[in-house]
Amino acid sequence: MRRLSLLFSSSSRLSFARLGCALLMICMWMLGSGAQAEPADARLEPILTQLKTAGFAEKEQLVSKLSEIDDPQVAPILSALLEGDLQYAKKGEGEVVILRYANDLYSAQNALTGEVTEDVEKRAFKKISVNNSLRQLLRASLAALQLRAPDVNVRLEAARNMMKSDDASNIPLLQRALEKEQDASVQELLSVDLAMLQARYGETTQSRVAAIEQLQGELYVEVRSLLRSFLNTNGQGEFLEPDPAVRQAAQEALDAIESLVAFNKGVENVYFGVSLGAVLLLAAVGLAITFGVMGVINMAHGEMIMLGAYTTYVIQQWMPNHIEYSLFVAIPAAFLVSGLAGVVIERGVIRFLYGRPLETLLATFGISLCLQQLVRTVFGSLNQSVITPVWMSGSIEINGALSLTYNRLYIIIFSILVLLALAALLRKTQFGLQMRAVTQNRPMASSMGIRTGWLDALTFGLGSGIAGIAGVALSQLTNVGPNLGQSYIIDSFMVVVFGGVGNLMGTFVGAMSLGVANKLMEPFAGAVLAKILVLVFIILFIQKYPRGMFALKGRAVEG
Amino acid sequence: MTMQLGPVTRLLMNDKGGRYLLLALAALAVIVPLLNLTMAPGSALHVSTYTVTLLGKYLCYALLALAVDLIWGYCGILSLGHGAFFALGGYAMGMYLMRQIGERGVYGDPLLPDFMVFLNWKELPWYWQGFDNFGFAMLMVALAPGLLAFVFGWLAFRSRVTGVYLSIITQALTYALMLAFFRNDMGFGGNNGLTDFKDLLGFNLQSDAARCGLFIASAVSLMVGYVLCRRIVNSKLGRVLVAVRDAEARTRFLGYRVDKYKLFVFVVSSVLAGIAGALYVPQVGIINPGEFSPINSIEIIIWVAVGGRGTLYGAVIGAIAVNYAKSYFTGAFPELWLYCLGALFVVTTLFLPKGLVGLLERIRPREKSASPTQSEVSGDAVATTGSAASTPSEPSRPAAADLRAGKAVEVSPSS
Repeated sequence: MRRLSLLFSSSSRLSFARLGCALLMICMWMLGSGAQAEPADARLEPILTQLKTAGFAEKEQLVSKLSEIDDPQVAPILSALLEGDLQYAKKGEGEVVILRYANDLYSAQNALTGEVTEDVEKRAFKKISVNNSLRQLLRASLAALQLRAPDVNVRLEAARNMMKSDDASNIPLLQRALEKEQDASVQELLSVDLAMLQARYGETTQSRVAAIEQLQGELYVEVRSLLRSFLNTNGQGEFLEPDPAVRQAAQEALDAIESLVAFNKGVENVYFGVSLGAVLLLAAVGLAITFGVMGVINMAHGEMIMLGAYTTYVIQQWMPNHIEYSLFVAIPAAFLVSGLAGVVIERGVIRFLYGRPLETLLATFGISLCLQQLVRTVFGSLNQSVITPVWMSGSIEINGALSLTYNRLYIIIFSILVLLALAALLRKTQFGLQMRAVTQNRPMASSMGIRTGWLDALTFGLGSGIAGIAGVALSQLTNVGPNLGQSYIIDSFMVVVFGGVGNLMGTFVGAMSLGVANKLMEPFAGAVLAKILVLVFIILFIQKYPRGMFALKGRAVEG
Repeated sequence: MTMQLGPVTRLLMNDKGGRYLLLALAALAVIVPLLNLTMAPGSALHVSTYTVTLLGKYLCYALLALAVDLIWGYCGILSLGHGAFFALGGYAMGMYLMRQIGERGVYGDPLLPDFMVFLNWKELPWYWQGFDNFGFAMLMVALAPGLLAFVFGWLAFRSRVTGVYLSIITQALTYALMLAFFRNDMGFGGNNGLTDFKDLLGFNLQSDAARCGLFIASAVSLMVGYVLCRRIVNSKLGRVLVAVRDAEARTRFLGYRVDKYKLFVFVVSSVLAGIAGALYVPQVGIINPGEFSPINSIEIIIWVAVGGRGTLYGAVIGAIAVNYAKSYFTGAFPELWLYCLGALFVVTTLFLPKGLVGLLERIRPREKSASPTQSEVSGDAVATTGSAASTPSEPSRPAAADLRAGKAVEVSPSS
């Protein structure tokens, strides 16, 4: 029933919207003005000259005048003024320039002629200062200019930014823009903008109530705060909004919106939960092999994850110019690095400890300490920053209250792919067949000619390698540091124990339910308490089902 | 549990290591404080207060290791969460010490500890009531860990969570407690924990006398704890515990209520750990949620493993040896310590299944020390398809054999 406007991806990064928008426009206008060097509007020059010396009040008037001039130079000037880049030379004619900083050099572009002087001294110029009310005005003026921009994305941004405006004088501007607008999504945003202003400044009660009713169901934060402002009271308990009809309409609209928002919040929490579940799944699925299938309790599993994350970091260091593709290189590399480490650990230590689970636990714990310290020695104990490729950042904005980030979405898909690939490997290949044979009946498998020792090493390597892949995914979500693995090891064990040992389906269901349960509880209980509650739940759960949800039945249990 | 009382000497008749240990502890408890208090600071015989505190800390760790050895060495319960009981005991003591600060805190509030004033709390939470009374605080030192162990153990043992599962669940327990104690609104000082203690029973904690007193208390507690553990493992109950360790299902089928035996020894062990924590806190002067961290708990296991599991005195030796090494390495080569600790885990499990004590015995073999057992150990280490039995140790075989032959004396069912 609500519109699902799939907006252009960059539009979600609203905190950067203004800056990004301004820069985009500067680029566009530069292309135009730089090439043709059109003579600037004659009205520009005196205003710029006055700007240098004007007081803040005068500046406001000047800016208003500026924004009425229909000249391609105006927008870059205004945004430069907003960012503090509009400066004038201290000596000579005192020409007004837009100062830019790139590649360690300052360049000055004449605000009137568009001529660019490279490599200028920053000290030779003085900034035209702005204050907060001037900034507000500048943003509004820029937004108005942007509403007329030729690029639809720029207009979209501008219309979105307009929601923050609280200026009755924008009403005619918006009406004009709405008439000319062809694009449906921009139209929709503009009509919301307009309704918001009319709800506040409309002349009659009917027009205000109508505007408020039009706002019903809009999920933008600004709409909600506007409606709430109608219901606010002053210190004496009197409503700030005198008109009771408006108040009632606002209350109704707000209630409708709030319930929609609550629903969307719920959807978002489930999404977060599923993505946490996907991370847990990635972390635990390797454990499901080493612990579940082989019965080896590997406390160094978390460190395999950490190795994978560090592999991603190293790969990115090696190919700084191809960050976009680095993850595709990192996935097999991390698999190999962690898998090899796993094989070495199996052949070097675990092999001697089969059938002694508690000793295995201690020995692998020792290995995990050594690996952590090794990473600390090589990379230092500080967190390393792994770059997120552009295609993974950003989000899909479903509506004003719900946006899904791409990185989590990809990780959900990726974890399911890994699970499917693993299931196929175990079910459909020779290796998987041999692996299952060895875990089910070792002497028999051995007498059928399977090299059981070698297969143990490979199986352990496989489990560790998958942990390495999990590390690649985790490096996109959290900090990469020596303690990365530690924070996931207990959760991973919980997943395997909860889902039932030796069962991929159990691991999947276990990971997803723990992830979703965690995130759904967080709003009520807080992150830490939610985690504690989940742990307590698992402890109680094990009382009832000591072998997990998807317990193996029959002979396999004792095997 | 009705147990026959016997004199300590008879108890230690066959326990040479224990005799030496108790003698050494008694000597330490007399000599160290004496040298600290009577010798002039410059004298060669003077023991600095720092050393007294450090030794006292080791003794607390030793008591903790003893508690772990009681359940791991004799009952096969590998608890990776014993640090939680230690920390709970420590917090109980810390709460008493906080209440003793009174008006001397930074904010000078007569009732509320500093951190509560800082958090703008108006009154003392209910669970802080009574901690100004030393007796009550000491009761809680034993009761808080004991109760947690009882509830947790009752749930876990009743539903037969054993082996590795139990280890992981205990680790999750201490992890959950750590997260909980990190929260400010738990009312235990959050991240910073409880610190800035002033005095204990009227003695200034910074004074030499108080430090020596705490040292003596630690040594005496360790001695008493040792004798208690020895009593338990030498009793009929102890024999059942060993049987549980070696063949739990078999013991159950013989009619023993395995879960109750386990629960009993688990609670005793947790109380010992709590007492160790309570003695530890005034000596180091702080208790914070870091004590709950899983790594701390797992370090205890390595003390026991290094010293020699299932010997009791081995645990004490291990705790002191490993912690001495830790003090030395973290001072001299801080980066190397974790490598050493990690290597210790691997080396002891692979090559020293009986720890330092086993090594000593191998170097100086006694005439009746069964050499077949030794070869059995090394043989087992390479076997890829070993039985689920844990490290074989001397008392295990006879105990299981006893039970098999129905020779095990009945234990009063009132347990």
